[in-house]
Amino acid sequence: MQQVVSGLAQGAIFASLALALVLIYRATDVLNFAQGEMATFTTYVAWALMDNGLSYWPAFAITLVVAFVGGAAVERVLIRPVEHRPEIVIVIITIGLLIALNGLTGWIWGPEVKAFDSPFPLRTIEIGGVTISLQDLGVLAVCLITVALLWAFFRFTTLGLVMRAVANSQDSSRLMGVRVGWMLALGWGLAAVLGAVAGMMAAPALTLDPNLMLVVLIYAFAAAVLGGIDSPVGAVVGGLVLGVVINLLGTYVDFVGGELRLPAALTVLLIVLLVRPQGLFGHRVVRRV
Amino acid sequence: MPLLELRDVRARYGPIRALHGVSLTVDEGEVVALLGANGAGKTTTLRSVSNMVRTSGEITFGGRRIVRRSPEFVARLGVAHVPEGRGLFPELTVWENLRMGARGRADAAETERVVGYFPWIERRRDQEAATLSGGEQQMLALARALVSKPRLLMLDEPSLGLAPTIVRELFGIVRRLNEEQGLTVLVVEQNATIALSLAKRAYVLEVGKVAVEGTSDELERHEAVRKSYLGY
Repeated sequence: MQQVVSGLAQGAIFASLALALVLIYRATDVLNFAQGEMATFTTYVAWALMDNGLSYWPAFAITLVVAFVGGAAVERVLIRPVEHRPEIVIVIITIGLLIALNGLTGWIWGPEVKAFDSPFPLRTIEIGGVTISLQDLGVLAVCLITVALLWAFFRFTTLGLVMRAVANSQDSSRLMGVRVGWMLALGWGLAAVLGAVAGMMAAPALTLDPNLMLVVLIYAFAAAVLGGIDSPVGAVVGGLVLGVVINLLGTYVDFVGGELRLPAALTVLLIVLLVRPQGLFGHRVVRRV
Repeated sequence: MPLLELRDVRARYGPIRALHGVSLTVDEGEVVALLGANGAGKTTTLRSVSNMVRTSGEITFGGRRIVRRSPEFVARLGVAHVPEGRGLFPELTVWENLRMGARGRADAAETERVVGYFPWIERRRDQEAATLSGGEQQMLALARALVSKPRLLMLDEPSLGLAPTIVRELFGIVRRLNEEQGLTVLVVEQNATIALSLAKRAYVLEVGKVAVEGTSDELERHEAVRKSYLGY
């Protein structure tokens, strides 16, 4: 049961990053390979703010703003000039961005591991005979609240509606007077915010180094594919399920241990792609001839 | 001064020229039909007004030049373009599709008035647009265009793939909107019979040029038009 809760906490981090991937995928049909590095970079921003004396939550809030502006800027400056080119061009740009950001992070802050404070106490509590760490509970809560706020934004605001419309059809949106370019930038900004949340929640457990999110990104991909790459609900459910499964496998199946968790995640990815390529909640692509 | 005026408009898709100098006008309060065979350039003419295709020549709307602007610019001036294939947002609900049209413009009363022409919408408002029948989708696309309070409505082949009774209903609604609200309409149709029954004037396009133009009565009497497009 303990493992389930810490699995959920870890899964919530995968879910946040997976949701970021899905947001951008739905809007532009492109997987953003730099999503993890963008998250790492913004986590370093949070670290730098705290290193300069800010306390946790103000640093958290400022980092989200930086992430939003940065994500939108990446879309405007790097993606927009190539948006009408084949998708592979954009994918290559995001891979380039991954490498560039990784290098930049190391160049600014150095390659050594940094301690990243957790806002949650290290104590554990007992609920019904189950020992649960407050750290896990806090991570789970922050990620789920972020996801819920985002869901409410898309569901209940006109701006959210317009962004969903753009994800449905860019041409039709233009004919309705929507400035599509700005909506895409907004989508990238929101995705970067999700990534920043994931990064800041992951850093205390994993310790902060320039490769912090590289592995998390792979889990997030697996989660997104498991849930269905075009389904936001799927990304969240996929992330949580993956977190729990990986944790249970690592604890109770001897030969998996700590080392084989990543291969286990990739196995999940492979099985999903073979058996149910549209994922748990995704739409099957139907070709009408 | 006409509301919409095209002068010597040329358009191309990459190396393929689709319009070879089209000139036409639409006056305020008028219904104008654009007829012609497949590939004559009817759809491209609408797309050039909306800046969905690379265009040269002169296009003015309400006295303003709109060539080489963006689709969103033209939409914001009050041109509602219901494209080929209807252009609905398939994963949004019926009501959300309407809200996209009404966004920032129509008030609740306006939306209610439009929905009055399509009573079924109220009952199906939370259904995904993709689950509607073809006729309902076309009606919803029309309703969505109307709640934006357009100064000009452009319809691209509204009858395509629909049963004759649905087509009559659809054109009946457009006729009522024109008579009751003074709605200005530019409609592209292959079904010349029904288009001429609605429109006051029409243009016939052939290979990217206006071949014949005149009032609907004149075109119905025109020997070549009758043979090629009306089939009697």
